[in-house]
Amino acid sequence: MEDESALLERLRSGDESAFEALVALHDGALHRVARTFVRTDAAADDVVQETWLGVVRGLQAFEGRSSLRTWIFKILVNTARTRATRDARSLPFSALESDTRPAVEPAAFGVDGRWSSAPARLDADPESGLLSRELREHLLDAVERLSPDQQAVITLRDLVGLPAPEVCELLDVSDANQRVLLHRARARVRIALLPLVEVTE
Amino acid sequence: MRRFRIWRRRHAHDPLVCRAFVELVTDYLEGALPQEERVRFEAHLAECDGCTGYLEDMRRLIGSLQEAPEPPPDPATREALLRAFRELRDA
Repeated sequence: MEDESALLERLRSGDESAFEALVALHDGALHRVARTFVRTDAAADDVVQETWLGVVRGLQAFEGRSSLRTWIFKILVNTARTRATRDARSLPFSALESDTRPAVEPAAFGVDGRWSSAPARLDADPESGLLSRELREHLLDAVERLSPDQQAVITLRDLVGLPAPEVCELLDVSDANQRVLLHRARARVRIALLPLVEVTE
Repeated sequence: MRRFRIWRRRHAHDPLVCRAFVELVTDYLEGALPQEERVRFEAHLAECDGCTGYLEDMRRLIGSLQEAPEPPPDPATREALLRAFRELRDA
C-alpha cells in the first residue's frame, strides 16, 4: 500500500480514485467492527455510511496526529456508540471473553499433554509464504462466523493492522482481554480451515 | 487463587507440554510472555516438530489475514459516497 501521507495529499486535493481506493480498502472491516456495537446489518450500514461522510467532512481538518486508518476507525466507533445509545440497543463489549474453548481440540493431545499424532498442517503457498490460495479464499468466511467481539479484535489487529494499544483504546478493553480475544479468534479461524486441508498420506 | 500461585511457582520449571504451548502462542507473538515463560516456550519449540509446525501455521494465517482482500462495497453505496466526496470538494 502506498505511503499514507501521499494518500492523504491526494485525498485532500480531491482525487476521486484515492477516495475510492480508501473505501474499497476499509469498507468491509468497518462493517464488521460496526456490527459489534449495533444489532442489525441495516444499522451497521447506516453507521458505516455516516462514518465515510464524517471522513469526507473531516479530511481537511485531520491533523495526522494518528494514522489515517486509526482516525477512520475512531470516527466509526464514535458514530456506532452514538447510534447504539440512541437505539437503546447497545451491545456491551463483553467484559470477559465467554468463549473458553481451548485453541486446539483436546482429542489432539494424549494424556501426557503432547500431540497424540502430528497436528494437521494448513496448506501453504510456497511462493508467497502465505496460506494456499484456496485457504485464503475461505479466511473472511471464517472470520465472519466468529463472535462479534472476536471479529472486532481480529479485524482491527490482523486485517486492518492497527497496533494493540490502539485497539484496546478503540474497543475499551484491557490489554489482557484484547489478547485473549485475539488468541481465541485466530485459533477458531485455524479450526474452521482444517476441514479444507488436503490430507496427504 | 493463592493455591494456584503456589502451584504455578512449583511448576514454573517443568517443561512445557504441547497442550499448554498452543495456548501461549498469541502471548508469545505479542511479546507478552514473561522472560521465564518465554524461555520455556522456546525450549519446547526447539524439541517439538508438531509445535514448530503449529506456530508456523499461525504465522502464515496471520500474514494471510493481512493480505485478505475485502469485498468491495455495493455499487449504489460506492456511488453515493463518491457523490458526497465530489460535492464537498466542489463546494
